[in-house]
Amino acid sequence: MDIFDTFLNVEVMQRTFPMLIRGLWITLQLGAASIVAGLILGLLLAMARLYGVAPLRFLTRLYIDIFRSIPLLVLLIIVYYALPFLGLRLSPFASAMGALTLVSGAYTAEIFRAGIEAIPKGQFEASAALGLNPLRMMADIILPQAVRIVIPPLTNNSINVVKDTALASVVAMPDLLKQATQAQALSANPTPLIVAAIIYIAFLWPLVAGVSRMERRFAARRR
Amino acid sequence: MTAFVSIRNLRKSFGTFEVLKGIDLDVAKGEVVCIIGPSGSGKSTLIRCINRLEPFSAGSEIRVDGTAVTSGRALAKVRAEVGMVFQSFNLFPHLTVRENIMIAPRRVRGTSRADAARQADRLLERVGIASQADKYPEHLSGGQQQRVAIARALAMEPQVMLFDEPTSALDPEMVGEVLDVMRDLARTGVTMIVVTHEMGFASQVADRVIFMDAGQIIEQGPPAQVLSNPQEPRTRNFLGAVLNH
Repeated sequence: MDIFDTFLNVEVMQRTFPMLIRGLWITLQLGAASIVAGLILGLLLAMARLYGVAPLRFLTRLYIDIFRSIPLLVLLIIVYYALPFLGLRLSPFASAMGALTLVSGAYTAEIFRAGIEAIPKGQFEASAALGLNPLRMMADIILPQAVRIVIPPLTNNSINVVKDTALASVVAMPDLLKQATQAQALSANPTPLIVAAIIYIAFLWPLVAGVSRMERRFAARRR
Repeated sequence: MTAFVSIRNLRKSFGTFEVLKGIDLDVAKGEVVCIIGPSGSGKSTLIRCINRLEPFSAGSEIRVDGTAVTSGRALAKVRAEVGMVFQSFNLFPHLTVRENIMIAPRRVRGTSRADAARQADRLLERVGIASQADKYPEHLSGGQQQRVAIARALAMEPQVMLFDEPTSALDPEMVGEVLDVMRDLARTGVTMIVVTHEMGFASQVADRVIFMDAGQIIEQGPPAQVLSNPQEPRTRNFLGAVLNH
């Protein structure tokens, strides 16, 4: 009885639900924007890493290693609290999206690179022998094949990005977690936090299950 | 004889190992040249240099129809004129048979979709697999896949066709169907340079047979001469090993 009043209080739920939905909307916007920007950044980085001139390849590798090493929370705090000292003052949304994109781009670049490197050399040679230029070769022959390979790891990465949006609450971003903590303070009851957790799970579980299914299918085909 | 493909002092090394040790070779328009030799003799590397799938050493020169095979625009021009068929087919698995043939005319020449499709169907007819146009390569036999690969190369209306051991990856019963297509092609006057182990094909179809060993051309001439009456001991040894087993 007590435990339901504390953690799953229906009256609190009803009162704070609109706040949580507003937070969810911001979480989804932030997640989607960062995922898309991270994909574009990652593809460009992968191309530079694979086909750039030597100095560019080196710089890209440096970038990828650094942004895979730095804790996202640290990066986020630097972007939001340290950059203003350089005169660069970003909104909470821009800071969060920036930090998420920089890190997601580094991971995505490695995923794309692995996908492209998994395409047999003969595919590159046949395209070149037919006279396709490097851009067409990528767009028509290599990437359509690589995409099938990278969809499961890219989905995994996207799940991580959505989960990491919760960190944005430390830069005053009114995302799902921030709204939940505020609702909890206002109602003096932790129910909103539990509801927020359920909402996160409800959105991400299907994606997690989808990745497992895709991985099983790809593994079966390879056999 | 004016050379359509002309190779001068072609050298190529993998690390410290020199695979091609200064090859000179002229191929006339319409000529069918078969290159034979033991594995590791450099024959595949030689034809892969003609469209620069393999970069070669400075000081070497290859010209196709007068254009030096270098890089950039000149290389693009050469590659559009030179068709290539690989040992492992290298069809594009995510495209149907028809799309495999359409892709280069559409993307390189800017041919319309309808024209490219018509041309693809005509070529599939010619290589005898018109009924497979809408299938994906993985659903075709090896022999059929290689015939699609030939049609794909022909779609660019190349002046020269390079064949890199086109039947070596095939089951024995499928070798004939691919060689038949190549034989027909030779009759149409396309210049062909064929790396092969098929001595029967070489003796019947080639205008000239070249025997290579250790990165050099050891002997060349009409098939009757090179295959039946070789002058060099190394050619005799190789033919003896290939024919008497």
